[in-house]
Amino acid sequence: MSTATQARFDKQGDMPDAERVDKAMRNFVKDFGRTAALWMESCIHCGMCAEACHFYEATKDPKYTPIWKLEPFKQAYKREYGPFALVYRTLNLKPKVTIEELEQWQELLYDSCTVCGRCSLMCPMGIDIASLISQARHGMFHAGLVPHALYTVTERGHREGSPLGATPKVFKDRVEWLADDHEVEMPLDKAQADVLCTMSSIEIMKYPDSVVATARIMNHLGLDWTFRTDGYEATNFGLLSGNAAWQKEMTLKLINAAIACGAKTLILPECGHAYTALRWMGANMYGKPLPFRVLHMSEFLAESVQSGRLKLKKVSKSATFHDPCQVSRRGGATEAPRVVLEALGVDLHEMFPTKGTNWCCGGGGGVVANPRANDLRHKVFKIKMEQIDETGAELPVTSCANCRQTFDDGQAHFKWDKEMHSLLELVADNLIEEAR
Amino acid sequence: MTSQTLLEFARGPALGWAISIFVAGVLWRLVGILLLRTKKDLSEPRNAATWKGLRLIGLRSWPRKEFLEGTAFGEVMGYTFHVGFLVALLFLVPHVLFFEDLFEGLLGFDFSDVFGFTWPTLPTQAITFLAAVSLAALIAVLIHRLTNPVKRLISNFDDYFSWLLTAAPLATGMLAYAHAGGAPYQTLLATHILSVEALLIWFPFGKLMHAFTIFAARGAQGMIFERKGASL
Repeated sequence: MSTATQARFDKQGDMPDAERVDKAMRNFVKDFGRTAALWMESCIHCGMCAEACHFYEATKDPKYTPIWKLEPFKQAYKREYGPFALVYRTLNLKPKVTIEELEQWQELLYDSCTVCGRCSLMCPMGIDIASLISQARHGMFHAGLVPHALYTVTERGHREGSPLGATPKVFKDRVEWLADDHEVEMPLDKAQADVLCTMSSIEIMKYPDSVVATARIMNHLGLDWTFRTDGYEATNFGLLSGNAAWQKEMTLKLINAAIACGAKTLILPECGHAYTALRWMGANMYGKPLPFRVLHMSEFLAESVQSGRLKLKKVSKSATFHDPCQVSRRGGATEAPRVVLEALGVDLHEMFPTKGTNWCCGGGGGVVANPRANDLRHKVFKIKMEQIDETGAELPVTSCANCRQTFDDGQAHFKWDKEMHSLLELVADNLIEEAR
Repeated sequence: MTSQTLLEFARGPALGWAISIFVAGVLWRLVGILLLRTKKDLSEPRNAATWKGLRLIGLRSWPRKEFLEGTAFGEVMGYTFHVGFLVALLFLVPHVLFFEDLFEGLLGFDFSDVFGFTWPTLPTQAITFLAAVSLAALIAVLIHRLTNPVKRLISNFDDYFSWLLTAAPLATGMLAYAHAGGAPYQTLLATHILSVEALLIWFPFGKLMHAFTIFAARGAQGMIFERKGASL
């Protein structure tokens, strides 16, 4: 196996190479069940998944073919764990994976995959390649083979409770400052509340207007709600980098905070992977069904619109919606933002492709937190710019702060004349006050 | 070895071994997958009727329009050789006679007695034409595999060996039908049968197994995604 260009890789720790390889493979198959094995056994090497991948589309480099990103793990699976492992091993039909291969593959697994799952929709065999990439990242993390920048924010999240330094104290200070500055009530650490609101690091540190917008909307709807310093950070880099234990730790903070205040609903912020981490993986981490509802912000807004509680001023502009992959394609909340945009009265110009097959922004899956991938990410971002320009819409809107950050970076890099907007903030800016 | 003894070997012990290895290998590989545990998903489903996701088995038989441009060649050629191969396998008169014999030999019943109709057949010329088209499509996909940068990179021994063993029965079957090269018919027929046996023996070990796993793999993705309301 070889890749066309020289590999860029980082290493954590000083364990021997053989141990790294062993740990990578053990942790790859650690949670392997029937379905993952079925998918590993089904690839026919048709290569069609390449056509769905934005990294391949932008570069036409075959090494970015999604299933190729799993090659060492496919090889190791067949050699060590598959039904014919003994045959493969005895006759050496599949050679042992080497540390050099894993080092080379670090770029393919982290820099050039946003786990957006578009390839999974293309695969004629029905293989969910994206979920297997996440499994492979489990292996890579435990082998100490994660891009440094991603590892650093992940470790910081584990140590401080937030990857971008939004510690409980920082969060408290910011909430108090924002409440004062914007003259908006922001309940913090209420002992009892019907609704627990959570935020993402990016919003807390970079887009504080989203924190304010959340509070404005909750207050506007007259809800019994709170932020809590023991469970506010929805960003989960454990999930993105491949450390299931740290992922669980972050998830349990949110779950325990919601239980502590008796919340009936936990609202997740405008963040894609936070939705996957809690909405779809949270109960499995907790070990039983969650005793509260989990809604993405866009779902909450759509429900409020549909119930007639949330009435909005009309925005007399054309808009286009960028689907955050984890919320829309892989999360199922595809129509919710469109319900809200309709209530805002915008002239919606859908992109092509859109909804479930919309192109990813290129920054998900931890890629935007990994600066060494910037050049590649910018190439990928061109797809997005072209897609949005073709709609002719005035307002690009999304419902994911990570996507928004990627757009802001792309806008600055290319001096693009379009600025991404937050659906949440658009709603907060257009509340009809007399509707209280 | 005379051509007659070669044919007897192909029809006798070789066939027995090939079928045994095929059945045992397929079962071993399937059981090896199915015996793995599966965890219950505890998240609150968006759509509780997850079985509806099984429609992905049908849906994924053709790419969504967004993906069609880059995949149309592979899809068309893939369908062409699969259909040609299957029609030739199932509806050529000598094959049908073989299956009827096998059915009677294994179960002791006459096919038409059990099912109330005789196994349908197609004219040999039509089958020959389809086999030729199928072989041409196989050659096209091989050329594509060798020249397309993506497919060339991701291909391995299994891809080329499985190709060879799939093309061989079509080629040897057509040679036998044409009584090609002046070789004794028994030799041509024995070669054809042996090529099928090679296919059967390799089948459980390589990518040919997708014939058994494809529907389960699609169904699994469909049910998981349906539960979340994710795109299929």
